[in-house]
Amino acid sequence: MNIIEKILARASSKREVSPGEIVEASIDVAMIHDLTGPLAIKSFREIGAKKVWNNKRTVVILDHIVPASSVRSATLHKIVRNFVEEHNIKNFYDVGLGGVCHQIMPEKGHVRPGETIVGADSHTCTYGAFGAFATGIGSTEMAAVFVTGKLWFRVPEVIKVNVTGSFQKLVTAKDLTLNVVGKIGADGAIYKGIEFGGSTIRNMSIDGRMVLCNMAVEMGGKAGIIEPDEKTLDYVKGRTDKAFNPVKSDPDATYERVLDIDISELEPQVSVPHSVDNVKPVSEVEDVEVDQAFIGSCTNGRLEDLRSAAWVLKGKKIAKGVRLLVIPASQEIYLNALNEGLIKTFMKAGATIGNPNCGPCLGGHMGLLAEEEVCISSSNRNFVGRMGSTKSYVYLASPATVAASAVTGKITDPRRLMEEA
Amino acid sequence: MTIRGKAITFGDNVDTDVILPGPYLVHTDPKELAKHAMEGLDPTFTKRVGDGAIVVGGKNFGCGSSREQAPLALKYARVRCVIAESFARIFYRNSITIGLPVLACPGVSGKVETGDLLVVDLGAGRVEDSSKGLVFQATQLPDFIMEILDDGGLIEHLKRRIGSK
Repeated sequence: MNIIEKILARASSKREVSPGEIVEASIDVAMIHDLTGPLAIKSFREIGAKKVWNNKRTVVILDHIVPASSVRSATLHKIVRNFVEEHNIKNFYDVGLGGVCHQIMPEKGHVRPGETIVGADSHTCTYGAFGAFATGIGSTEMAAVFVTGKLWFRVPEVIKVNVTGSFQKLVTAKDLTLNVVGKIGADGAIYKGIEFGGSTIRNMSIDGRMVLCNMAVEMGGKAGIIEPDEKTLDYVKGRTDKAFNPVKSDPDATYERVLDIDISELEPQVSVPHSVDNVKPVSEVEDVEVDQAFIGSCTNGRLEDLRSAAWVLKGKKIAKGVRLLVIPASQEIYLNALNEGLIKTFMKAGATIGNPNCGPCLGGHMGLLAEEEVCISSSNRNFVGRMGSTKSYVYLASPATVAASAVTGKITDPRRLMEEA
Repeated sequence: MTIRGKAITFGDNVDTDVILPGPYLVHTDPKELAKHAMEGLDPTFTKRVGDGAIVVGGKNFGCGSSREQAPLALKYARVRCVIAESFARIFYRNSITIGLPVLACPGVSGKVETGDLLVVDLGAGRVEDSSKGLVFQATQLPDFIMEILDDGGLIEHLKRRIGSK
């Protein structure tokens, strides 16, 4: 069995499972946030339930519109806080205590290898970076999990992506991720799992692995996953006291197909509006002028991302007429970025720093785009209207490419900018 | 369950951000959500649906965000059913959960046009375009999903199951 089959077999108390089979799995951890939580709470009450199945396995994070930007969003926060109090939920990350949910979950020790985790958010697949089976579900299904602690799954076929080679300087995990999305396509992995492996993945940091698994859903994937290794165990053990039981794919595990990628020659990649799989090498879009540049989100708001952006921006100013928004994904990352002097670099370059939250990625608040405006963003979606006006344009790229583009005012290969400097 | 209605067609990769744009996620009343259904692609959509229509999409319908508000907006805008070449999985599950019938029907996109009268036999997975005289066979929904849809969604289904025990 492959790693996903093994985890689902364990979660459904079966010796073996195979693709296509429907299993009822016990859920180890369930997460809601401020935009999907209130609807889950409403459904929970409509079902007539009185108690969540396990208040220690429930995690609640306010991150999408934080702090509240309107009375309506304040009301959503209040609904969530009341629920947390009513059910005595210990793992609650209110405004100022956390940040973007997919960063907070592993950072605060709620993600462990071998576990089955659901979140009322599509990017829940990020936790596959730690060898967990994690997937996004809707609010009412979450209410059913809150009542029963269980959920049915179809065991997915799994695509194996084998990555070899070393990254060129200023080419990052995000560039590999966009390249994979371009190759597999926006619907190429519907209902499927994607397991990433190979020497490049083994050498990759935890931050980088999270980018790959985060965007599995942009290919329609149910889950992205990476076998846990020493790096994973070091990270997880530093953040949780709970025991866990990692699993790996068997040597004879079966996959629907195997995709081999050598990244030795990979150049920075850009996903062009309005589809995430519309991926081009940066050299093909370098003439595009930008109004806004955004570094942050559950995809690329981590310390490694801020470091690479700061390295590009050090001693430089952003172009006149460009707005650069930098939003660290968590309070911990923000504090580390402060201590390392990264925030100072950003501010001297002319960036606006936001508090940890999802920010403009989903067009909820902070830095929305007007008609005909163009944004280059380190986030995960460039759909029509995603970050504001339905007549605006979003290009997706790595934090280094976003930073370089902010400096020149046009989409720019960060390697070229650094050579010229 | 037989569903009739005029078709409103869309292309591939219709994402949940265009089905229900992010700024409206602060609303909790489904009737309010319904006013903005499909606003990202067509601000006149709710008027075109009138008192009921069937949405026909291409590949990967409902991709992107897990927002249950997307199928809710369609349901309360009086969309009676969504038929597509294929669905993104979270949207697919959410639709069944909230009682919006969804049928994966390869071959339907590009053949059915906006305004065609469709007759859908949900249990049999049969889609008839009576304007063009075409019949399509969709992937049949398993019995346990049909039961949820017959009850009007997962909440009603759970209540009925708990009540009948």
